[in-house]
Amino acid sequence: MTTPRVPPILTRNFERPDSHTLGVYCETGGYRAIEKARSLEPAALIDLVKRSNLRGLGGAGFPTGTKWSFIPKNHAGPVYLVINADEGEPGTFKDRYLLERDPHALIEGMLISARAIGAARGFVYIRGEYVEPWRRFTAAVEEAYDAGYLGHGFDIVVHRGAGAYICGEETGLISSLEGKKGWPKLKPPFPAIKGAFGAPTIVNNVETICHVPHIVQNGAEWFAALGTKTQGGTRMYSVSGRVRRPGVYEESVAITLRELIEDRAGGVTGNGRLKAVVPGGSSAAILTADEIDVPTDVDGLRDAGTMAGSAGVIVMDETVSIPEALMVVARFYAHESCGQCTPCRESTGWIYRITQRIVAGQGRKDDLDTILDVARRGAGTTICAFYDGAVGPYISYIEKFRPEFEALIPK
Amino acid sequence: MTLPKFTPEQLAEVRRLQALYPDPRGALLPVLHLAQDVFGHVSEDVERYVGTLFDLSPAHVREVVSFYTMFFRQPKGRHVVAVCHNLSCHLMGAPAIIAHLRSRLGVDVGETTEDGRVTLLAVECLCGCEMAPMMQIDGRFEGNLTGEKVDRLLESLR
Repeated sequence: MTTPRVPPILTRNFERPDSHTLGVYCETGGYRAIEKARSLEPAALIDLVKRSNLRGLGGAGFPTGTKWSFIPKNHAGPVYLVINADEGEPGTFKDRYLLERDPHALIEGMLISARAIGAARGFVYIRGEYVEPWRRFTAAVEEAYDAGYLGHGFDIVVHRGAGAYICGEETGLISSLEGKKGWPKLKPPFPAIKGAFGAPTIVNNVETICHVPHIVQNGAEWFAALGTKTQGGTRMYSVSGRVRRPGVYEESVAITLRELIEDRAGGVTGNGRLKAVVPGGSSAAILTADEIDVPTDVDGLRDAGTMAGSAGVIVMDETVSIPEALMVVARFYAHESCGQCTPCRESTGWIYRITQRIVAGQGRKDDLDTILDVARRGAGTTICAFYDGAVGPYISYIEKFRPEFEALIPK
Repeated sequence: MTLPKFTPEQLAEVRRLQALYPDPRGALLPVLHLAQDVFGHVSEDVERYVGTLFDLSPAHVREVVSFYTMFFRQPKGRHVVAVCHNLSCHLMGAPAIIAHLRSRLGVDVGETTEDGRVTLLAVECLCGCEMAPMMQIDGRFEGNLTGEKVDRLLESLR
């Protein structure tokens, strides 16, 4: 089975010189979709995006049009559009490319999305470490103001984060945007009812919103046909680790992991033989070498027992130590747990310590079962999805590679 | 005791930032970034001063400052070298790069060289995985690191 190559959409201008400038964006058809969108009622725009089967590309995979429809009708106060550019899921780097190489696509997508949900102000939350993307995007916003695309009914505020993975979680991001530590908030109320600064708020990922102008220009059916039955379009896969050509690949969401790794990314390096793949950022459950003939859309990877997440594909060859990889991942979750919920704060720290002693050859007989037990008990008991994201690797690395862990534990 | 102070121009920037948000408090992170750029690090006095600009208690400002990794509460080196040690970089050789930096700089991770030139950090995913192993020097991403490339980059830091 081969998935046909589709013409690039989001990445079509990436190789053009000065692709980040207003001039190049307009020369290649930019800011025409917003004109067309102005002839459509907000409800028609929401319906269009619903029919396109666009799903959130930041991690959760929620249908975008449906999310938009949760904004209360005829709300009297302000409504906000917030763009999550707090890219931080290990193994993911696509939004950095969009911010640096096609920032006007995000601005135009925001103009259209704001019309759909009735927002007069948008915030773009860019992770603090992304200095160059922040400069590029800020410069593009200034160009868009000078050209009159912004400032007439819609304004954009560019906001810099300050280093915290949890701010990529939408309610943690909202807390941070409000000038607080990035603690996630209990839902309900969902942000669409009570979000940033207490107002109805839609939080969308950068890549998701960059798709919107193309859907308006080419139609919902066109977009839906690019993907699978339940998810439309292409998406940008970030491929890294032990592959010949690491990088961003824009492909139909119907592409299989095998095609991505062997064909697009040029195959496995190291000893050349695949051992494992993390398909959707570090929070996605790991897959073994014989589990990669699966489509990478949200439902395809869910059916395979893992998740599409942010489409950060991390490749490991046979020479990689899975216990060591889990220790590295466990260190990340221990460091980034925000500390609000006890199961997450305590388990992430203890599990990291246990993985450290296993890798050091000092593991205890019941360590593996302890990790599995702690992981399973905590899942689903916390305010946000962070701990569930940590549980994905804890359980899957051990269940799928148990003998390798056992070999390190003294008898 | 006198607190550190912004210049009138910097204060105007604070007011501009505060006006961008429905609640001026939204500008706390941007203003803390500004404060760190101006004062070098966010000391307890800087926390108090920033608190006065927002009508926030020093405790609230401390809670925010200490939550995020990019605010330095102690003086840092003239340059910050932050090496990613997350999964993709680990697979591509981050541990060797960190060991190399430690020996070249003569400091451990989290420390600053005696001459105040470089602070060495190991950080979580910077999302530059396609160029793994990679690091960030004062905001700039540097990837596909080797020992030689690291030496060259260190050489350029004064």
